Amino acid sequence: MRAEQISIFLENKAGRLAEVTATLRDANVNIRALSLADTTDFGILRLIVNDNEKAEKALKQEGFTVGKTDVIAVEVDDNPGGLNQVLDPLTREGVNVEYMYAFANPHGKNAIMIFRFDNIDKAIEILSRNSINVIKGNDVYSL
Amino acid sequence: MPIFNMDFETMPREALKAIQLSRLKTTLERVNATVPFYRDSFKKAGITPSDIKTLDDLKRIPFTTKQDLRDNYPYGMFAVPMENVIRIHASSGTTGSPTVVGYTRRDIDTWAELMARCLAAGGATSHDILHNAYGYGLFTGGLGVHYGAERLGASVIPVSGGNTKRQVIIMRDFKPTILTGTPSYILHLAEVAEEMGVSFKDLSFKAGIFGAEPWSETMRTEIESKLGLKAMDIYGLSEIMGPGVSIECIQAQKGLHIFEDHFIPEIINPETGEVLPYGETGELVFTSITKEAFPIIRYRTRDISSLNPEPCICGRTHVRMKKVSGRTDDMLIIRGVNVFPSQIEDVLMKNENILPHYQLVVDRSGNLDTLTVRVEVSDRIFSDAIKNLQIMEGKISKDIKEYLGVSAKVRLVEPKTIERSQGKAVRVIDNRKI
Repeated sequence: MRAEQISIFLENKAGRLAEVTATLRDANVNIRALSLADTTDFGILRLIVNDNEKAEKALKQEGFTVGKTDVIAVEVDDNPGGLNQVLDPLTREGVNVEYMYAFANPHGKNAIMIFRFDNIDKAIEILSRNSINVIKGNDVYSL
Repeated sequence: MPIFNMDFETMPREALKAIQLSRLKTTLERVNATVPFYRDSFKKAGITPSDIKTLDDLKRIPFTTKQDLRDNYPYGMFAVPMENVIRIHASSGTTGSPTVVGYTRRDIDTWAELMARCLAAGGATSHDILHNAYGYGLFTGGLGVHYGAERLGASVIPVSGGNTKRQVIIMRDFKPTILTGTPSYILHLAEVAEEMGVSFKDLSFKAGIFGAEPWSETMRTEIESKLGLKAMDIYGLSEIMGPGVSIECIQAQKGLHIFEDHFIPEIINPETGEVLPYGETGELVFTSITKEAFPIIRYRTRDISSLNPEPCICGRTHVRMKKVSGRTDDMLIIRGVNVFPSQIEDVLMKNENILPHYQLVVDRSGNLDTLTVRVEVSDRIFSDAIKNLQIMEGKISKDIKEYLGVSAKVRLVEPKTIERSQGKAVRVIDNRKI
């Protein structure tokens, strides 16, 4: 049920983001989804890519700090209230969203959201109990 | 571990003091006769060498400072003609023009003996292979260790500093058992080894002897666990001799034995110059009592330590100095508070167990000093959640404030952005123009 996300520490300096994407390009890694969170001094780039191992190796070789985190990819109805269908049961049971970002789905008409929860096991349990479609990691990388 | 020179290293203190006094008197007579600087200095103080009748009288003699050495640059402090000098070294000159020191053949011989004592105290024997990553050249570290290792009969790999990847291959293939170098370079070596897929713990090292810059007790713990060896602190400076002035023994690792049959140590109050009793913390002062080419009298080292005369479990009777915690000239005064880089290092290590690649940057905005501590983000402390990194920054700031009483901004930086040094680490960037 889980998908693996890689995250990269970036100082706020011109050109650093481009260095990451160029490294991935040269390693022939495709970015499926990304989010950039920043403060005044540094940022964290989070990525879903088609080949985690290759991406991590290439980035580490270039001296970047790379972390790995388990996240969940959830299919969200492309209708008013679609996101609430996912969030409401979680809210009721006290699971908190650490962060989230959207995924471009070239196939189905529904949106895909990447979530990082404070309690991932509980979140998966709640989502499946409420028949919400959680997309498998391997499917996410190759969508 | 065998003691290299049993007679001298375990000598009863009374006998040691008698030797010190006789050697001190000879040295004072000699510098008075051959070094104009000392002749003038004694005359100004109204004393002659014959006034020094006990070791306690030493405190009547004026200090020698780094400035005195600069004023007599390059050869003014030499006590023998150049034809008797067979080696010249110089200090790194990190704080100004270098100071030049010379050695006679006997001085080199003494140095080799003292370094052999050090290596033996640190766990080396004639069966060991020693990987010497101290820089060879004008810096005393490389050649000092080299001659000592040869005297001990160990096999030396004179690899020097730099060329780090090659060093890793040598360590892997040649299987050295003793490692020597500056602690910051050794940590860099370990980092590069890791990148190359070589684990230090799979290498053959049993002990490391590290010095030439102050390093904290917590850094010792880090090095020992990361490298899988026992880490000993060694102390020395070119003005006194080079490495080999004092060393921790592998049995106790608690204080560095000063070879008192060659040097007389004192601790003084750096402000007043008053001599402090055993146990009190102040500036280390050394008088060399066997040097021929470059004898130095009451040299103010700027290093902060204290002295402990209690017997050690290793059997050595020589007084022990506490691990140097900082230098009076490395000391930052930030809004009136004394701060040493090693204190910041302690906070970092206690806090997040961070490999201490850090740097202190001091600026002045208006009339206010600001301290920024740059800390490299390693895989170990990295988190994908901003919140966690900010909590960590806040916690380190708070601890610095609590332990040292100064406010500091902690700034996380990318790995490898703090410049790696092959010699002494650059821990402080002071941008204040005062």
